[in-house]
Amino acid sequence: MDLVALRLSVLLSSLTTLALLAIGLPIAHWLTTTRWRGKVLVEAAVALPLLLPPTVLGFYLLVAFGPRSPLGRGFVAATGHTLAFSFEGLLLASILYSLPFAVQPFAAALARVDPHLVEASYSLGESRLLTFWRVSLPLALPGVVAGAVLTFAHTLGEFGVVLMVGGNLPGTTRTLSISIYNAVEQLDYASAGQTSLLLLAVSFTVLVFTYALQHRSLLG
Amino acid sequence: MRFAFDIERRFKGGVAVRAALELPPGAAPVTVLFGPSGSGKTTVLRCLAGLDRPDRGFIRFDGETWADSERRLFVPPQLRGVGLLFQDYALFPHLTAAENIGYALRKAGREERDGRVREVARLLRIEELLGRRPGKMSGGERQRVALARALAPRPALDAPTREELRGELRALLERSGIPSIVVTHDRIEALALGDRMAVLADGSVRQVGEVHEVFSAPADLVVARVVGTENVAPARVLERCDGLALIEVGTARLWALDPGHLDGEAYACIRAEDVVLEPEPATATSARNELASTVTATSEEGPLVRVALDCGFRLVALVTRDSAARLGLVPGRRLAALVKATAVRVVPRPG
Repeated sequence: MDLVALRLSVLLSSLTTLALLAIGLPIAHWLTTTRWRGKVLVEAAVALPLLLPPTVLGFYLLVAFGPRSPLGRGFVAATGHTLAFSFEGLLLASILYSLPFAVQPFAAALARVDPHLVEASYSLGESRLLTFWRVSLPLALPGVVAGAVLTFAHTLGEFGVVLMVGGNLPGTTRTLSISIYNAVEQLDYASAGQTSLLLLAVSFTVLVFTYALQHRSLLG
Repeated sequence: MRFAFDIERRFKGGVAVRAALELPPGAAPVTVLFGPSGSGKTTVLRCLAGLDRPDRGFIRFDGETWADSERRLFVPPQLRGVGLLFQDYALFPHLTAAENIGYALRKAGREERDGRVREVARLLRIEELLGRRPGKMSGGERQRVALARALAPRPALDAPTREELRGELRALLERSGIPSIVVTHDRIEALALGDRMAVLADGSVRQVGEVHEVFSAPADLVVARVVGTENVAPARVLERCDGLALIEVGTARLWALDPGHLDGEAYACIRAEDVVLEPEPATATSARNELASTVTATSEEGPLVRVALDCGFRLVALVTRDSAARLGLVPGRRLAALVKATAVRVVPRPG
């Protein structure tokens, strides 16, 4: 098994999950509380990676990371290397690609929190931010954990986007799924089999965990 | 403390709720906002708490302006310090009773918060609930915890002396000296808790006055329909025996069922339909109370006639047109009003 790729994938998945907790929770909170009609546009944009072929997303990201885009030029100016085919580029791509896997469960869980509880907190003098922290978040916790776990597992298994924007650089952008592809191309079926089994086991465990959590939160 | 508001909130489809009320300084502390469901009580309360924004009008409390549509002023709920008691109690299900009660005291030190929580819990006799979560409490226990949570950030209160929570709630509200608004469509609750009552119907406040006055003398037909045809008069309990209570209403004395928890002040409620009129002298009946009465006024109400009587207090009876004609009910006519003891409902009124 490609242990370098395993380490890289776990690091990428962890950072993506953390980033999506930080970005996804405010987006989900905004989606569940706003009365703005245009929010369907945001909802659709968040859900896009679910339908879009990863290669399409990867293609646009590659263009955005390139020297002709302000983002690509800015990154080169700041760090001295390009965003494309780098770990940072891969992380950015993973965050966008897993956005719906985080935001949708977050939003569903936050929408189930009784609005009276939030209002009760406001009239007890608590600010909006701390009300979210003390009431909404703890009550939505099963959904938030489920979203985080799904994000982690989804990032662990992503392939198309990685191939488009990251390429196949050992230790930098060669993730587990790329490593499997690589092994098969080199007819190393033993290594491909081991890594595949690992990903299968992780995915199944994650799904069992997620469903168990949902049932528990529905009962409790 | 002075509290006044005049607000309007519009909804889709042209429905609007308008309500205006002024509680002058030194006014009796507990005002009941009474109205049928859908009359806009909840809307008014939400506007006062700052959870909804009135489309027009103002809310002023003790020299502060909480909302003023003309000056585009709106104070958020966090800064109003309104102790809101939700109908569903809205206790935080993931927190224990103690954590719920201490919720608003985050900024206080741990010791101060714990002390205050225990104090309020002792007051409401819910100390044994402190470690429990709302899911493991009965409805009554939840109500007490919700009340404790609303009271915890407020200044110290004396212990209540009454047994029932209603009495306790009233005593607490009175002692706190904070103007309180109780929203209800329950007559007994209105009588037990309120000093003044404002009737909300068809989107506006139709009548404001002392609770029993509003019940006994509705200002118009809309109010009469909302509060029902109910005689409500202040009463004093004279003695109790065998499950009955002898009460004094005006200059008359009546037997009523003893509701328990009674001493001193109360309200006597008699439905106008339950008053039977007979020419004097009455024949022997099972009615416990026979009151010598004089008709003071009559008015027709559909198939019925509303008869106002003076029998030591003001009593209204509802009789059919037939009976009214047979009895010759004209002002000045003297007759006997019969009321069964079971038809006299006594509402204890502590405080």
